[in-house]
Amino acid sequence: MTVLQIIALVLVAVAGGAVVLTPEALRQTMVLGIYGIALTLLFFVFQAPDVALSEIVVTGIGLPLIILAALRKIRQQQARQSHAREEAEE
Amino acid sequence: MTRRVRLGLFLVAGAGLAVVLLLGFGGLPSFGHAHELDGAVVNLDEPTLRHATDVVTALNFDLRAFDTLGEEFILFASVTGVALLLRTLRQEEEEDQEITPGIEDHRFAGASDGVKLTSLLLIPLLIAFGAYLVFHGQLTPGGGFQGGVVLAAGPIAVLLAGRYLSMKRIAPKRLLEVSDALGAAAYGLIGLGGLIFTGVYLEDPLPLGVSGQLLSAGMMPLNSIAVGLEVTGAFLLTWTQFFDQTLVGPPSGS
Repeated sequence: MTVLQIIALVLVAVAGGAVVLTPEALRQTMVLGIYGIALTLLFFVFQAPDVALSEIVVTGIGLPLIILAALRKIRQQQARQSHAREEAEE
Repeated sequence: MTRRVRLGLFLVAGAGLAVVLLLGFGGLPSFGHAHELDGAVVNLDEPTLRHATDVVTALNFDLRAFDTLGEEFILFASVTGVALLLRTLRQEEEEDQEITPGIEDHRFAGASDGVKLTSLLLIPLLIAFGAYLVFHGQLTPGGGFQGGVVLAAGPIAVLLAGRYLSMKRIAPKRLLEVSDALGAAAYGLIGLGGLIFTGVYLEDPLPLGVSGQLLSAGMMPLNSIAVGLEVTGAFLLTWTQFFDQTLVGPPSGS
């Protein structure tokens, strides 16, 4: 095992732990993107460039974008509900 | 479930998983040594018998071409499911009419000049790199799927610059649907070509060409283009469906 491979493995372990330990969903999405980059590096140094190419787009862009859109939708709905509640109280 | 019950459940399940994993690791070949036979056969067969220099693409489009057909339609079916679930409902259409025209482009316009400039530089690079990956599938690392997702990231750069409606003009929903469906159909039809000309579904009737050239390895370049079309359409369609739900519509808190 080369030094580069050990570094990549440690990076993935740290980034994966960071995703789990990040409390807030929005920040978690950003950390997930970083975790994706770490995984890409891992696949690359383990000589799997085909997988690395898919990984960098799917976890770097694809997944975060969908989570961000979903989070935004949830917040829009929460804002609309609290607005409706205020109107009802008036 | 209380926190204590959850923790207890995790400890039992975690310990079980650890035992199974450790037992499993014991049976693995040591680091850097694979179970040799399978890899050796693939590494020997694909470059000599199929003239493909990227063995991973050769695996996907030759050795397990039928599995790839299944994966194609898994992607197609799941995107169809997303499109069905996130379709515009009548109530939402009524809400949309209340928006002032022209306001949508500013909903996401918090992008700084630096981000805008980076996006502008990224767009041609992503398109060029994606096209390269699709067309060189059988030659270098990459192929239809990888090229497709990179191509799909191109219009996303337009979104990052804060221009969602411009992105929709570049990649309108109808075009994405056609691209998704055409790619999936093309892969199935290429297989049918094999059935007609050789009598075996997905068998390769085309000449193999010179190894290392753009048009070589029989049908692999065609398969790669078909998968590229489908994946680009599928990913952009999914993203567009999600953004239509959030970026266009009544502003939050109103």
